[in-house]
Amino acid sequence: MNPYMADVLNIVFLSFLVVVAIAVSYVKDLLYAAILLGAYSVTIALIWLLMSAPDLAITEAAAGIGMTTLMIAVISKIGRKGE
Amino acid sequence: MTDFVLKRMVALVLPFVQMLGFYVIFHGHLSPGGSFSGGIITGLSLIAFSLVFGLERGQEKVSERMMSLVESFGALWYGAMGLVGVLRGTTFLMNKGAGVPLGEPGKLYSGGLILLITLGVGLKVASTVVTLFVALMEEEE
Repeated sequence: MNPYMADVLNIVFLSFLVVVAIAVSYVKDLLYAAILLGAYSVTIALIWLLMSAPDLAITEAAAGIGMTTLMIAVISKIGRKGE
Repeated sequence: MTDFVLKRMVALVLPFVQMLGFYVIFHGHLSPGGSFSGGIITGLSLIAFSLVFGLERGQEKVSERMMSLVESFGALWYGAMGLVGVLRGTTFLMNKGAGVPLGEPGKLYSGGLILLITLGVGLKVASTVVTLFVALMEEEE
């Protein structure tokens, strides 16, 4: 890959990461927060891949999606708005 | 959840997800991934089954007792593999120095004991994820 493209992708992913991280704290609905957290970990997995760390990328993707599933399990118990 | 399309899709996809999980576990020393990620993928396939088909049917497939047995087995397996080195007169977790054949580099069997240790860790991670999920989903009195 040409180095400029890697830089551009890095900037795009990192800005998306910041946006998602801020959005998670602003969303009131817990289900949307869990889904946004999933988007966060997928983005950071892409960043690991860009930094030539595929091992971390796989772990991040698997653990991020797993955490999201577990959080949705918690949400289904305490209610979407949280009590 | 009683959606027909969802149920059939999950039934279709889950075997391949489990196969991918075990593939990642077994190729931990050759390709990206390893016991942790492979174990989580395997555990997530069981969680997806419980989420779609209901917790009761999921519990029928993998009961809580079986999960705790598998979890303990994973930890004991790791210890037992470590003791191979001690029994051969070297240190704990010794691999080549204990006389374990290492195999050919690049092939599936190329790390000596690492393949077996990784299998134990993967089983433990998978069962731990499922146990966590069941503990969160179950209603406490």
